[in-house]
Amino acid sequence: MITRRNFVRGLLRFAFGISWHPSVATVAFRKRAMGEEGQAPRWAFLVDTYKCVGCGFCVKACKLENDVPYDANVTRTWVERYILTKSGEVLADTPKGGRDGFITPKVQQNTGHYREVKPEEIAKAFFVPKLCNQCENPPCVQVCPVGATYQTEDGVVLVDRQWCIGCGYCIMACPYGVRFFHPVYKVADKCNFCYHRIHQGLKPACVEACPFEARLIGDLNNPDAPVTRFINTQRVGVLKEDYGTKPQVYYAGLSKEVR
Amino acid sequence: MHVWRPLYVVLALIAGVLVARHVLVPRDFGVSSRGYTYGWHRKSNEAEWKAIKPKYRGRDYCKDCHEEQIKNILQSPHAPIQCENCHGPAMDHPDTPEKLPITRDREQCLRCHTHLPYPGSARAKIKGIVPEKHYADTECSACHNPHHPGQ
Amino acid sequence: MEVHGEAWTLKELFVYPNEYVYWSVQIVMYPFMTGVVAGAFVLSSLYHVFGIKQLRGMARFSLVPSFALLLAVPLPLLFHLLQPRRAFNVFLTPHFTSAIAAFGVVFSAYTAIVASELWFLYRKHFVTVATALREKRDRSLRETLLLLLYSALTLGAYDISENALRKDENATRVLAGIGIPVACFLHGYAGFIFGSVKANALWMTPLMPVIFIMSAVVSGIALCMLTYIVVMEVRRMRLSAVPVPHQPTREEIKGVELSEITTTAKYLVLFMIFAISLELLDLIFREYTALKSWDVLRRIIYGRDFTNIFILQYLIGNLVPFVMLLLPNLTIRRAVVSACCWCFSVCS
Repeated sequence: MITRRNFVRGLLRFAFGISWHPSVATVAFRKRAMGEEGQAPRWAFLVDTYKCVGCGFCVKACKLENDVPYDANVTRTWVERYILTKSGEVLADTPKGGRDGFITPKVQQNTGHYREVKPEEIAKAFFVPKLCNQCENPPCVQVCPVGATYQTEDGVVLVDRQWCIGCGYCIMACPYGVRFFHPVYKVADKCNFCYHRIHQGLKPACVEACPFEARLIGDLNNPDAPVTRFINTQRVGVLKEDYGTKPQVYYAGLSKEVR
Repeated sequence: MHVWRPLYVVLALIAGVLVARHVLVPRDFGVSSRGYTYGWHRKSNEAEWKAIKPKYRGRDYCKDCHEEQIKNILQSPHAPIQCENCHGPAMDHPDTPEKLPITRDREQCLRCHTHLPYPGSARAKIKGIVPEKHYADTECSACHNPHHPGQ
Repeated sequence: MEVHGEAWTLKELFVYPNEYVYWSVQIVMYPFMTGVVAGAFVLSSLYHVFGIKQLRGMARFSLVPSFALLLAVPLPLLFHLLQPRRAFNVFLTPHFTSAIAAFGVVFSAYTAIVASELWFLYRKHFVTVATALREKRDRSLRETLLLLLYSALTLGAYDISENALRKDENATRVLAGIGIPVACFLHGYAGFIFGSVKANALWMTPLMPVIFIMSAVVSGIALCMLTYIVVMEVRRMRLSAVPVPHQPTREEIKGVELSEITTTAKYLVLFMIFAISLELLDLIFREYTALKSWDVLRRIIYGRDFTNIFILQYLIGNLVPFVMLLLPNLTIRRAVVSACCWCFSVCS
């Protein structure tokens, strides 16, 4: 017979049992776990679009460091050029992802078409480097059917090359277009802040290659890190905030024309 | 009762999948502290990513042998440019590769020095040329020393 | 170095790197085929569950293409994977927050239901053949193999008494009853896979699963109608012009065919109304609220894909068959044309 005492006891036992389940445990005790460890970093990126000159050394370094085929039109990071004319037009291009820099004032329109913009027509123009946002709520991870892409404790989203089935759902789900199929390994690939480098005490290849400190990486859990201090004290923006992904790549000098 | 026969087949198939899971799924596959939505993965994959060998080694790696050149460039406006931006990733140089290829074509310099007067961008402040008009067929290093462009 | 997607992506529409059409024909085939499967199943259930007598011939017939296509559905999906050999990972480590992961479960459940239903329908046939072969003395190799196959198909249930067959019929009805929500779920799921991609403004709408189900039912019914007509016409042509006793005459078959088709066409129109009004509702709502994403959408809908969407899909694909089916005195020829039109519109 179910007496009240038995019922309560059973309920408690059930609650106790389920609290050991990892996913429940994380929801309930996340705060405590974070506080206890304290050392786990939360990697974040800072891009200063005022400082970027569009040299493309970051793209070159990234491709060579991470074995992304050099001439394939896929890349983990790229640089976009935006030109806003005085007549209100928005021109944007990124020839070869900006791998060879921007060495001509002509703007690439579509395949093979270039457009000359006279300096006096330009209202404002700037370069915007793009890379994986390592979102707090990565939509790409949410849609992976097999658990081949995931977020690590330090916030970086990785792809398991041995487990990925190559369905492409994560590529479709990413609002930022940072994912692609690796032409050699035939699995999804993306920027991971050079996970191997940041774990060996180095900076990501793009950060190291940038001569102008337009790209910086830092640990958000460390309030004294220059990047954290900048994000906390200066005006920064993120890309496509309305998707609810909570991007962790912050931009200084973002403009509304940037998609 | 014969009407349950198809159900037995289905149950046998489910059992088969469960056995296959037990055999084929790596032992360390599980949920991390990011929860099932964001942390469902094979744990050992993190270590696989961490173990990759860096190719770009940074200026400190070059310092021991090429002290003179580094001293030079650090005194010039080109000080913030890393060695490997022009000389390529060091990897295990001087073992492999024995010699690093140097990028010295005009396009390399034009990455920064094509004149692009963009208001609001640092590019406008860099000394620039119009490539077609500035000694179009000559290598830049014929006149400018990349390690000490002021000279 | 060949990039996946480069071969079939029109690069003039894309300016950025990594932007390729990664989901191509194979992925388009998938919702279309599950749609046909689900539609055919619903059609057969109309008879089995709701007892709509006019659809008797259609109901027995439509379950077969449903099952046949069901087995073909995973193939385009499998071939679109870059690592098809790892496809089984979906069962090994399913990540259920992904709409694709649950596909494995839903799809298997649905296959099991349709397969069981077919088993109940054809069990008598299996048993008769198996018993006949067993009693035969000198079996050829082919016959021995057939015996093995049919014995396996009976699953050891040889009871075909009146009582057992009635139980079969009841089981069929129960399965068809369970099957309808599962079929809708399967296809609604396909809709969810696309509708939940928030990076794609054109797909992202909560109406997507419902639209998918409705248009699925329509295309399923349309395709069943089409195959049914083809099969019946072939049968009619193979009959001799001179009436043979115990066999239907050409005229009789034509009569049966026409009455089945008219009833089916009614349901086709009904579901078509649902499908079209939902799609229009979605479009009008987007235009009226004009959120940020509408900017991009408007350019696609009214600019680049105007002919595809309005001329090909809505005019030829929806309006023409709609009007043709509604006009009085439906003929078989008109039914064929309109069914073809609808299939065509779904493809585009």
